[in-house]
Amino acid sequence: MIIKQISIFLENVAGRLAEVTKLLAKHEINLRAMTIADTADFGILRIVVDQPDKAVKALRDGGFTAKVTEVLAVEVEDRPGGLAKVMEIFQQNHVNIEYLYVSLEKNKDKAVVIFKVEDIKLGQKIVEEHGLGGKVTL
Amino acid sequence: MIWNPEAECMPTEQRRRLQLAHLKNLVERVYEKVPFYRKKFQQAGITPKDIRSLEDIQKIPFTTKDELRETYPYGLLAVPEAEIEEVHMSSGTTGTPVVDAYTKKDIEVWSESMARTLSMAGTTRNDIIQNAYGYGLFTGGLGVHYGAKLIGANIIPMSSGNTSKQILVMRDFKTTVLTCTPSYSLFLAEAAKEEGVDIRSLSLKAGCFGAEPWSENMRKEIEEKLGLDAYDIYGLTEITGPGVSSECEMKNGLHINEDFFYPEIIDPETGKVLPDGAKGELVFTTLVKEGTPLLRYRTRDITFLFHDNCPCGRTTVKMHRLFGRTDDMLIIRGVNVFPSQIEQILMAVEGTDPHYLIVVDRGASHLDELEVMVEVESKFFTDETKGLEIIRSKIEHEIKSKLGISAKIKLVEPKTIERSIGKAKRVIDKRKI
Repeated sequence: MIIKQISIFLENVAGRLAEVTKLLAKHEINLRAMTIADTADFGILRIVVDQPDKAVKALRDGGFTAKVTEVLAVEVEDRPGGLAKVMEIFQQNHVNIEYLYVSLEKNKDKAVVIFKVEDIKLGQKIVEEHGLGGKVTL
Repeated sequence: MIWNPEAECMPTEQRRRLQLAHLKNLVERVYEKVPFYRKKFQQAGITPKDIRSLEDIQKIPFTTKDELRETYPYGLLAVPEAEIEEVHMSSGTTGTPVVDAYTKKDIEVWSESMARTLSMAGTTRNDIIQNAYGYGLFTGGLGVHYGAKLIGANIIPMSSGNTSKQILVMRDFKTTVLTCTPSYSLFLAEAAKEEGVDIRSLSLKAGCFGAEPWSENMRKEIEEKLGLDAYDIYGLTEITGPGVSSECEMKNGLHINEDFFYPEIIDPETGKVLPDGAKGELVFTTLVKEGTPLLRYRTRDITFLFHDNCPCGRTTVKMHRLFGRTDDMLIIRGVNVFPSQIEQILMAVEGTDPHYLIVVDRGASHLDELEVMVEVESKFFTDETKGLEIIRSKIEHEIKSKLGISAKIKLVEPKTIERSIGKAKRVIDKRKI
């Protein structure tokens, strides 16, 4: 399924990430997944939260540059070859992946992986066709 | 070593008569040939006949850099275009270049001025000059070149950069006189050390350093690290390029070639002429220039003039090493940069009114380093690093191609650059000059 991911621009300055988590905590927003893409000078923190709209507002009010992007949440079997199976399906159907990371979510023996794909409509279609969407709740 | 004792050691009164004759001739020429000046004279209610003494120069209106820009490219030309043999230019505030067009005689005057400059540093026809000023539109390279030709010295036209080759040539061709920006001389010293070359033990005896501000402390450092005598030289494209003034062996103020370039110091606020010793804005009149003569051109450089019966024997007026500028122009590795130019590039790339801060510093390399901090606007922020990297490299590329200097772009979070009331603080200059 398609979910909202929030990206936050962070300078490589000590304590910046702590300020983000502190701000989210203050607004009682729960983090479900996160990853950081970093360069020499700056990083981009990508997060998935339980209340994305509230989180974006809180972040922007707090002076952060934050942006909402649509990403795919995909159920992947938590066993050897689980991710390989999904990747193969994406590859065969020409779903190009920009990046991916794993969420804290787990439905029984299935892990939830966040995919940023080039063409999200195509990605969503393939996910549904192959029953990978499941009942992801984040 | 005095290149032209007759001109440089001329009794003051005799020189003043010469200057007045040149001035009268100049105002008649420009009044007749340059509509821009005729109009200015008419607006001021004067004609060339009103210039009867050197003091009468104060009746003539100033010329500003903005006016040079408005008359680009040839609005100030006082000779037929066919008389022009060479053109140089430097960047103006909005990217419109400031032009200096030289006739054959202008090049001769320039060569003479630079021969005097190089001679003040002890250069003779037996010397080997390694010229590491840039050749091209920038006046540094060819200015030194012409002076060296007139003296008859061996000139090695290295141009700027290519540091390893510079060291190789300096060692193998036994360079005696180095000409470059002061910061580049220190960079060379460091690079030589890294390559295992003891630069002090080479044949260097003098260096003519200019095109950027420097200090007495820096002179000490250069002289110690390179084992040579370091001389300050001054000039600007509009007037002729290098050769306007330079230090003699006393290293106490720069002798102005005032038979060519008539200096005044004015109060930048009121325009009133100030006496010897009073700090103000330096103004030049190009007494003998044919191509693009300038009348009372405001350089925006701050200094003072003085007469000190210099033990070197020259009677020319001196100017103190520059104290700074009346505008916000930065000189970075010899290149003139206005913060407004960087702002325009940022606006063009980002399509918004950017919040930015320019930081200039001299790092371990001793060379000027330019960093531009730019706040990340949400409109160009995405979830991927490559989006921001593209913007960053685009800004770097634009600055390099438009201004000719390398800048490091640092993307910072919004609201992290201090906001000030009124005029924003756009520049932090950490160079210890």
